[in-house]
Amino acid sequence: MIGRSSNDIPLQRDGTSRMLPWLIGPTVYLAALAIAGMLALHGMLQNWDRGLAGTMTVELPAGTAEPVVTSVVTLLRTTPGIASAQAMDRAAEAKLLEPWLGNSVAVQELSLPRLIDLHVVAGARPDLPALKTKLVAAAPGAVLDDHQQWLDRLYTLALTVEATGLAIVLMVSAASVLTVVFTTRAGLAVHRDVIELLHGLGARDGYIARQFQREALRLGFAGGLGGLVLAAATVWGLGHVARATSVLGEQAKLLPDLHLVLWQWGTLAALPVIAALAAMITARLTVMRALARLP
Amino acid sequence: MIRFENVGMRYGTGPEVLRDVNLNLEPGSFHFLTGPSGAGKSTLLRLIYLADRPTRGLITLFDQDISRLKRKALAPLRRKIGVVFQDFRLLDHLSAFDNVALPLRVAGMAEAKIRQNVTELLEWVGLADKLNARPPTLSGGQQQRIAIARAVITRPQLLLADEPTGNVDDEMALRLLRLFEELNKLGTTMVFATHNETMARQSGLGRLHLENGELSSL
Repeated sequence: MIGRSSNDIPLQRDGTSRMLPWLIGPTVYLAALAIAGMLALHGMLQNWDRGLAGTMTVELPAGTAEPVVTSVVTLLRTTPGIASAQAMDRAAEAKLLEPWLGNSVAVQELSLPRLIDLHVVAGARPDLPALKTKLVAAAPGAVLDDHQQWLDRLYTLALTVEATGLAIVLMVSAASVLTVVFTTRAGLAVHRDVIELLHGLGARDGYIARQFQREALRLGFAGGLGGLVLAAATVWGLGHVARATSVLGEQAKLLPDLHLVLWQWGTLAALPVIAALAAMITARLTVMRALARLP
Repeated sequence: MIRFENVGMRYGTGPEVLRDVNLNLEPGSFHFLTGPSGAGKSTLLRLIYLADRPTRGLITLFDQDISRLKRKALAPLRRKIGVVFQDFRLLDHLSAFDNVALPLRVAGMAEAKIRQNVTELLEWVGLADKLNARPPTLSGGQQQRIAIARAVITRPQLLLADEPTGNVDDEMALRLLRLFEELNKLGTTMVFATHNETMARQSGLGRLHLENGELSSL
């Protein structure tokens, strides 16, 4: 059978591009971990946001008399925009502290502030400053917590972590692009004679560049796939560790939950393709630029 | 077909390799290019097959002033020129078939047509049984025939041969000369660079002589 047996430029036979998968692999691995972390963090924030949306807490000083508690609950229930108000009993408060302090008798005897759980009518915006004034008048030392400050701090932290993750992705991507540029240049130098021959035979720049970009695509995808498999194993392993370390229950995990849903795995699975395409385009631009110097 | 007007060429800041070269080759002509080693024969050929640009002067190729052409327009011109290199410049990782097919693939010819043309030509040069052989496994003479087949596979309008008889015995040199004369009769313009002045003289064909970078017509 007679037919094309090999590429005109023997890129697969030299060592210049062999290291490419070994450099793109770790890049995709780091990028996948950073993205997985960002996605998991984003999911956690959404959960917190959903859990806290429309809820507020009123905290009354420890030792507040029961009639005062009842009058505050009544005040809250009659406030426009408040759907419900429920004072937590001591047993419920003790349960909140259980993960940290256990359920000994001593906890039952602690002097704890009284908490009133509030739910806001969906879409309503209660006049919080007026409500705070009325609460202090009814029960001196009462504090209204709408969780906004806590959420704002969490958002700031999450944004910082996400920005750091994005910076990591950008840095490793830039390193990968530079690697492809240097590898391609090395390939151009090694195969200079063949390239000059093809050029002399009337090959257009695109014909020569296609051979480099095909090889970069192949190697980039191979490296990217390897990196993704390792990253998937790492994410799965960390998720497993996160579940295993939640010895104090769902509320007190030592590590965030790294459980990703299908579309998030899909995003990670696109990374080798993106890496391969980036390698291909980089190789093409590098070759076209170099060939433009030939007569 | 080829016109040089006051062409000069130097590499970098070195001395001029070619000086005030004037040349006019008609279509279908056959010229020997003679001169001692280092006279500038290869440089002159490189200018003709557009591997270099002159440092001064005007070159007209296929009725086109190459200094006015954009880079992209040079590739189609190069495809009209076949070159037989002294060192053959075959690609060792490709089979004889793929080496000869190279100019056709570069030109974008369909694979079926390439198969037919290359097989026929390799049969014509007596290498029908070496289609899949790699150049390092072939003799010097066989490699040379592949190099010639690659140069003529596109039926170029202009064929340049750089010392094609430099590495072969007298009998083979004569056979090669006959082959190039046949191609010339079919309409291909030939420039045959050699340091073998006796062969050039005996052929009775046109002679260009280079000495110290200066060209004269004999």
